[in-house]
Amino acid sequence: MTIRVLFLGRLEDAAGSGMRDVPAEPDVAALIASFEPALAALLCSDTVRVAVNGVLGAGPLAAGDEVAFLPPVSGG
Amino acid sequence: MTSDVRLLDAPLDHAAELARFARAHPAAGGIASFLGQVRGDDTVLELELSHFEPLTLPAMRALADTAMARWKLGGVLIVHRIGAMAPGDPIVLIAAAARHRRAAFEAVDYLMDHLKSETWLWKRERTAAGWRWVEPGHEDHADKARWSVGGLAGDAPA
Repeated sequence: MTIRVLFLGRLEDAAGSGMRDVPAEPDVAALIASFEPALAALLCSDTVRVAVNGVLGAGPLAAGDEVAFLPPVSGG
Repeated sequence: MTSDVRLLDAPLDHAAELARFARAHPAAGGIASFLGQVRGDDTVLELELSHFEPLTLPAMRALADTAMARWKLGGVLIVHRIGAMAPGDPIVLIAAAARHRRAAFEAVDYLMDHLKSETWLWKRERTAAGWRWVEPGHEDHADKARWSVGGLAGDAPA
């Protein structure tokens, strides 16, 4: 009954790893609240986007979902 | 084949890519292209681009479709590197084929401005001090704003 969480870009450094499996939470807000405070504060930023199962937007969560946190991009 | 959009986890052979694109568009009167390289300086030893599979390529394809709809083009080519690169390595190749050159020039300029600021890619650099993530520049957002309503570049020609 876990959720897979992906931390892209510089969020990987803040989380200590690009991926972690955590106990399921009902929604993204609860998921963020379950993290350590310094990381949670970063994830709450307006510039961080969320994708659930590869789709942008933060809907309700269920066990087996994959949640990705996407910081501002720097490509090209 | 109209647009050819790819992520590449291996060296980008820009000459071969451009030659293939030109052969695929014999009716085009002109092909404009842009090649981005990893900027060489004395401090950066290595650069790495990471992507997010479900979003990165679909968004690049959507951007190519937007350019195809906005200008009269025969085709668009976008090849973007991911993974590790050294200074001087090609990082992105963009090309547009059109019957008339103006559309091709403008489409390439538009695609590059949007790729820089919108593509789901994250860049980090390794220097003697270790790895650091590259933050998006204000200049990139200003470049993209040229294409919005009221922007300097205005709308596409009819």
